[in-house]
Amino acid sequence: MSLAEYFARNGGQIFSATAEHMWLTGISMLLAVAIGVPLGILVARRPWTSKPILGSANIAETIPSLALFGFLLPLPWLGARGDRIAIAALTLYALLPIIRNTAAGINSVDPAVREAARGMGMTEAQILRRVEMPLALPTILAGIRVATVWTIGIATIAAAVGAGGLGEYIFRGLAMVNNNVILAGAIPAAALAIAADILLGLLERRMRPERRSSLRRPGASPAAGLGAGAGAVALLAIFLVSGLAGCGGERKDTIVVGSKNFPEQALLGEILAQEIEAHTHLHVERKFYLAGTFICQQAMLAGRIDTYVEYTGTALTAILKDPVEQNPQAVFDKVRRQYQRRFHFTVLPSLGFNNTFAIVIRGQDARRLHLTTISEAAKYTPKWVAGFGYEFMGRPDGYAGLVKTYGLKFAGPPKILDLGLLYRALLDREVDLVAGNSTDGLLAARDLTVLQDDKHYFPPYQAVPIVRDQTLERHPELRAAIEALAGKISDAQMQKMNYEIVGQHRDISQVAREFLRSSGLA
Amino acid sequence: MAVYPRPGAPPFRPAASGHYARHSFDTPRASGLASPRRVMNPSDSPSRASVPLAGNSVIEFRGVHYRAPTGNTVLKNFALVIESGETMVLLGRSGAGKTTALKLINRLLEPSAGEIRVDGRSTAEWDAIALRRHIGYVIQETGLFPHYTVEQNVSVTPQLEAWPRARIRRRAEELLALVGLDPTAFLARYPHELSGGQRQRVGLARALAADPPILLMDEPFGALDPLTRAEVRREFQQLQMRLRKTVVIVTHDVAEAVELGTRIALMEAGELKRVHAANEFLRSDDPIAAAYVAQIRALALNGAQKPESPREEPSHS
Repeated sequence: MSLAEYFARNGGQIFSATAEHMWLTGISMLLAVAIGVPLGILVARRPWTSKPILGSANIAETIPSLALFGFLLPLPWLGARGDRIAIAALTLYALLPIIRNTAAGINSVDPAVREAARGMGMTEAQILRRVEMPLALPTILAGIRVATVWTIGIATIAAAVGAGGLGEYIFRGLAMVNNNVILAGAIPAAALAIAADILLGLLERRMRPERRSSLRRPGASPAAGLGAGAGAVALLAIFLVSGLAGCGGERKDTIVVGSKNFPEQALLGEILAQEIEAHTHLHVERKFYLAGTFICQQAMLAGRIDTYVEYTGTALTAILKDPVEQNPQAVFDKVRRQYQRRFHFTVLPSLGFNNTFAIVIRGQDARRLHLTTISEAAKYTPKWVAGFGYEFMGRPDGYAGLVKTYGLKFAGPPKILDLGLLYRALLDREVDLVAGNSTDGLLAARDLTVLQDDKHYFPPYQAVPIVRDQTLERHPELRAAIEALAGKISDAQMQKMNYEIVGQHRDISQVAREFLRSSGLA
Repeated sequence: MAVYPRPGAPPFRPAASGHYARHSFDTPRASGLASPRRVMNPSDSPSRASVPLAGNSVIEFRGVHYRAPTGNTVLKNFALVIESGETMVLLGRSGAGKTTALKLINRLLEPSAGEIRVDGRSTAEWDAIALRRHIGYVIQETGLFPHYTVEQNVSVTPQLEAWPRARIRRRAEELLALVGLDPTAFLARYPHELSGGQRQRVGLARALAADPPILLMDEPFGALDPLTRAEVRREFQQLQMRLRKTVVIVTHDVAEAVELGTRIALMEAGELKRVHAANEFLRSDDPIAAAYVAQIRALALNGAQKPESPREEPSHS
């Protein structure tokens, strides 16, 4: 698909992402001006405050944006919503140029002018309002302009904390390795930045006193000032209103299906989407490859997506922050109750498969030694070398507990391998046992055996569709459509489809369509 | 003073040419300029003859000391009485403390010791804002607000004093006429659209806006070229004859002091040396005044030997 086609086909979505981006930027700039200008005045008036205030703003500026978003995550009210985090961080970043330029603008007022104002009997407040602020305005506007252009740029990174905006396209495009999607975020963002730069630049030049003239357009000067002021207000209004319109409007009969940023998730999203399209009259928008669990959660909370597939174990530990638990039904019940109560999300019955850790050995070893469970393998492991991913070694439901639960011993310490290399190392006999994921496509495609977790050490990660309550209330027919998928995808089925996508590079929507047809669904 | 010229004439007194200062150096001196003879012969200066010394003090310095924030003593034991309606010139070299003395009057500075009385009340008892609105203030750089038109600039004090709008408008026109600028041509202009002389006139008009009884002027004509300076100075002199404000002028220019002043307070290194009637200053036997005049004269003679600057020659020869 060409870029132009992509834009034409996804115009509505790109527009609403652009509007969201403008809203994030507009609110942040409004806050930054509301905080930065008074601080700038303070710095100009009380020079001793310059060091602490400008110093702090400077430090905020040096924190890498991704890290700053990360720091704000654990904060109680702020960290609960991606857009709050983004607005707080963007406001912090925008402060420095605004404070600095406000102070510089006021300090650059001709001392003779200030002396004349004092000598005429103006109060300090009158000097500020009538003389210093109007004269500092072009400099302040220059600061706002720089800050706005930065903010539009940095706001793309806000998608990393689930604030949405154009960055979402960029992150999704990177995960999908799809240039069209990246550009769908990058081009509007660049256009916004350029437009803001030009408009604010025009405004700034208009405000310069030396540009005012009685001769060029006699009598027009108050109108020119008014026009410039109105221009600034209009610009801000456009940013905010378009944001609201983009967030609120044009979504009556549209369901947005999301997914995380790996192939299995995109396939599940596509299955969900096609199922809804087949059994309801709703229009479905696909917002796949969102950058991780937290982002999907944020998108659900903000109403940017209506549904996606989550894993019960992940919901329990990563979202609800509860300890690991082994009983699948208990985990499911707990997640369903908590999601209902805390987020007003409905957790629908599991799709069937369980994407948990899988202890994998070569098929020929399994057959030769007649091994089907991890317990049975324990007596052979002292002669084996194990290979694990870095994450597995560190997780609370990973290596240490596994070894303890089954009394496993290995011939030497486990090899730490990159996830992509685990199966290759196993097949090449560099290692004899690895911990993979139970739905990995290679499990279906190669001669590999998953040993049963007979002591139920690994927590359940059942795939469950989650839908916002609001969406279900508006479109009750959704429930039946999605529930029809319950129990329809087995571990083996998921492995096979993963292999088709990852190993054979088949089209996701094709694979989804075949699955639905063969299961008698669509 | 001549009000702005005939309607329809070019903006301002082309014959005098001082307002177009940049072009005026090569033009022959216009008839309206103060003649050096007049400066040298104080008896025919009009201001002096017409201003009676009313004898009631309006501004009084009593044992005033001022120490700058840097620790330097700028003013030592300064005592001076300025009478109603007179023009007191504070004359001295740079650093003599003239400007400091001036700013103590409208409380832009506070004395370290002693007191300044304005209208019989210590400035410390005055509300600083009320005091300043009671006093017009003109500075060398004019301090015109660059974002305001001429009209807005001269309307500031009346606005602060909450005059009715129509009265402010009338006053603005009146003020421009008073300082010799055509209101129709100048009210809508911005300061950067004015020549130096025009700016200085607007600065004066702004200081006079609310008709304050006292006018403080800090090197008011210092930034102007000699021709314009002479012209604006003469106009001010005529204006003062009509308005009879109590005026304090800071200058280092002897000719200006003699021409404008009723009395001249000679200052040196933060101290008041002598107070002379202006018409006696040049022929005074007072060694300090004589030394001051001699220095100026020597400079002027030096200048006279240079053919490029013939204009300096007549002033003090």
